[in-house]
Amino acid sequence: MQIPYTSTARPDTGLYNAKLGVWLFLASEVMLFGALFSTYVLLRVGAAVWPHGADILNVPLATVNTMILIGSSVTMVMSWASLMMGKFGRFRLYMGVTILLGFMFLGIKSVEYGAKFEHHLYPGNSTFLAIYFALTGLHGLHVIGGMIVNAYLWVTGSRMWKSDPQRFTNRVEVAGLYWHFVDLVWIFLFPLLYLL
Amino acid sequence: MNEAHAEDIKKHVRAYIGVFVALALLTVLTVFVSYLDFSRGGHITIALLIAVVKAGLVASYFMHLISEKKLIYGALILTVLLFAALMFLTLSSHMDQRGI
Amino acid sequence: MTESTQIPHEVHSEHHQEVSFWRRYVFSQDHKVIGIQYGLTSLVFLLFGFSLMMLMRWQLAFPGRSLPLIGKLIGETFMPGGVMVPEFYNQLGAMHGTIMVFLGVVPLSVGAFGNYFVPLQIGAPDMAFPKLNMASYWAYFVGGVTMLASFFVPGGAANSGWTSYPPLADIATTGQTVWLFGMVCLITSSLLGSVNFIVTIVQLRAKGLTFMRLPFFVWAQFVTSFLLLLAFPPLEAAGVLQLMDRLVGTSFFLPSGLVISGQPLAVSGGGSPLLWQHLFWFLAHPEVYVLILPAMGIVAEIIANNTRKPLWGYRSIVYSAVFLGFMSFMVWAHHMFLTGMGTAISTFFQTTTMIISIPSVIIISSLVISLWGGSIRFTTPMLFALAFLPMFGIGGLTGLPLGLATSDIHLHDTYYVIGHFHYIVAPGTILALFAGIYHWFPKITGRKMNDTLGRIHFWGTFVCMNVIFMPMFIQGLAGVSRRLYDGGAQYAHAQGVLQWNVVMSVGAWVMFVFQLPFIYNLFRSIKKGQKVPENPWGATTLEWAAPSPPPHGNFVTLPEVYRGPYEYSVPGEARDFTPQHQQPAGA
Repeated sequence: MQIPYTSTARPDTGLYNAKLGVWLFLASEVMLFGALFSTYVLLRVGAAVWPHGADILNVPLATVNTMILIGSSVTMVMSWASLMMGKFGRFRLYMGVTILLGFMFLGIKSVEYGAKFEHHLYPGNSTFLAIYFALTGLHGLHVIGGMIVNAYLWVTGSRMWKSDPQRFTNRVEVAGLYWHFVDLVWIFLFPLLYLL
Repeated sequence: MNEAHAEDIKKHVRAYIGVFVALALLTVLTVFVSYLDFSRGGHITIALLIAVVKAGLVASYFMHLISEKKLIYGALILTVLLFAALMFLTLSSHMDQRGI
Repeated sequence: MTESTQIPHEVHSEHHQEVSFWRRYVFSQDHKVIGIQYGLTSLVFLLFGFSLMMLMRWQLAFPGRSLPLIGKLIGETFMPGGVMVPEFYNQLGAMHGTIMVFLGVVPLSVGAFGNYFVPLQIGAPDMAFPKLNMASYWAYFVGGVTMLASFFVPGGAANSGWTSYPPLADIATTGQTVWLFGMVCLITSSLLGSVNFIVTIVQLRAKGLTFMRLPFFVWAQFVTSFLLLLAFPPLEAAGVLQLMDRLVGTSFFLPSGLVISGQPLAVSGGGSPLLWQHLFWFLAHPEVYVLILPAMGIVAEIIANNTRKPLWGYRSIVYSAVFLGFMSFMVWAHHMFLTGMGTAISTFFQTTTMIISIPSVIIISSLVISLWGGSIRFTTPMLFALAFLPMFGIGGLTGLPLGLATSDIHLHDTYYVIGHFHYIVAPGTILALFAGIYHWFPKITGRKMNDTLGRIHFWGTFVCMNVIFMPMFIQGLAGVSRRLYDGGAQYAHAQGVLQWNVVMSVGAWVMFVFQLPFIYNLFRSIKKGQKVPENPWGATTLEWAAPSPPPHGNFVTLPEVYRGPYEYSVPGEARDFTPQHQQPAGA
């Protein structure tokens, strides 16, 4: 029993199922992070004093992290483009770098968190720190989730590439869309928390 | 994959590199600007503007939104409207309080 | 001559192996098996949630009196000497609401009916993502078990209302933390399901099945899925924030200067309890449309079928449902009129609330007008579907003074509110869901449920529902507050209406008795019900073209659609119904 349009696009919508599916999922993620951004706005507007992000947080480190994440977005889309060009070896290279950059991002994040805890800066200390940990924490969990998916594709990819290359390419595209979204959230998170 | 298709992808790859450079520059810019002397409102506006441009580039090119199908646009526009409603109506309720 | 597209035997997959019992009935990816799993699980939760309420109603009718037998079973912590302590009453209240909404009604209307019948009605072999579908059910199951487990942690289950308002919920007993984890599981389940439904409806419609030829039931599920997709995430975010408040010591929802029992709370403060309310109601208002839309869909199918006429105003109903879905995101703060919001923003929400009543009125009026000139068959499902109409009417109309900020000042947080929303969900949605069970039982099992038992179930339930919920308006107008564990016994202004408590409680217990013929009928008819052919109701939609029950894959060749969903009594046709997939004459 075959489900139609898993690999090929349905003519009138122009989409294959997973692509529509992932965009809908991303829409729900917009609402999830949107709620947290709304929380940030409400807490900040309602606060008598709100610290300048750069006074508490490490801007240089976060800037490096921003570059890392943007870089990983490029390598992610390149890994998909490689599959579109039929170059599985290139896919493995770019996906591998994407995963590596993901680890670096998380590594820097742990250093940041560790430094906070060392200076006794906990989420409970202030609403600023609370929303900082909540936003970056949830974002970090999403990074981890994405990396698990990417790692799975990287490790098991050759099997599906041999049996159903179109479907595998689609899977990488879908994983890529999710990964770019995670990058997108950080693009807003970074200035909001660190620079303003 | 046929030749024309591969050429097509190569064009996209050039775009990806270009977008990466733009994103890197915009990141440097946004950090640089944060050290300049503007009003708080000014800082917020500039930072958000730059973030929106960066996000637009990621969405349009990395996520291929620039050539995506109508259905996807529709779902996203609906989502943006609802996110705006959540943020602005909640904020308005807070601003319009009866001194409580 | 047969116009069905079924095959006389199971379609075998490539492996030609027998699938193990576990893969076939427990960890199945078949939307029909998953639909039944959702159906049975949700019915159990509905019964459990109802039982919690029957327990509450003892306390309300006879405050402080010892409950024989059951009181002893519950134990000395919560019912010492068989007398309910207020803390336990609060647990029952919070969990009754949570279980009925999130574990009962929505899983039944969306997870069970939606899962089973949407793919069939659109002529698809299954949902777009069968594995995701299975994951969705198991996330629901885990969430449900988590919720039940919360009764057994120290301090018992969540007890801050299903609405979990801080600051109370932030400092409440452990059960609240378990509630929050349960909600995370349930929201995950809902998310996976809603993506699946939308993709399925958009991508897997059969050839010729345009959007405006969809049965209204499918439209209802489509809009409902968008509501679930986009409204739940803010509550998930809020749940995470409340978990952080409770476990990590943050103050997202805790204002500065909070003092508990004379002790200032050792937190940073600076948070906002209203922030929780906004995030909660942003979900919970669309959630009530999630509760009603599939029910309207079921009623629409049954009315068209049992009047032998097309639905009146199909286009209006569809556009109204879509508009209703969109507007449902714009009205949420009408639950917050008494929180100190200013007149400007209150006027905004009051206006959107009045506007949203319009599409509801259009839908219900169209369904009523659909009866005009019809050849009405008073089958068991039709009885339930007909009763839905005035019951929803009462529920909807009583919402108007609540949606207007001024009158809400008097009625907010009174029994009037409880009466209003129960009229919509209990004699409203639940009657529609019963209608759906009687209507679709033959497709799922190949047999009909017994009609006599069905009629007893109907009349008993219908009368009792009104006995339970009508007096709530009386009590509410008199000023009796919600969530009072003694039903208002201590209030002077409530003394004149206290006698209704006994009436309502007896109504509830009698209603339970009338569910027994239904439960017996449901299970007995699976094996002993009267066998019926594949389209016993003479219906036009695609699910009736499949065998009863449909095999894995539903159709051997996917059907093609040539006409709209309600071509009943078409002039010149031999029969009084023309199925959607029937080839046009001369084709």
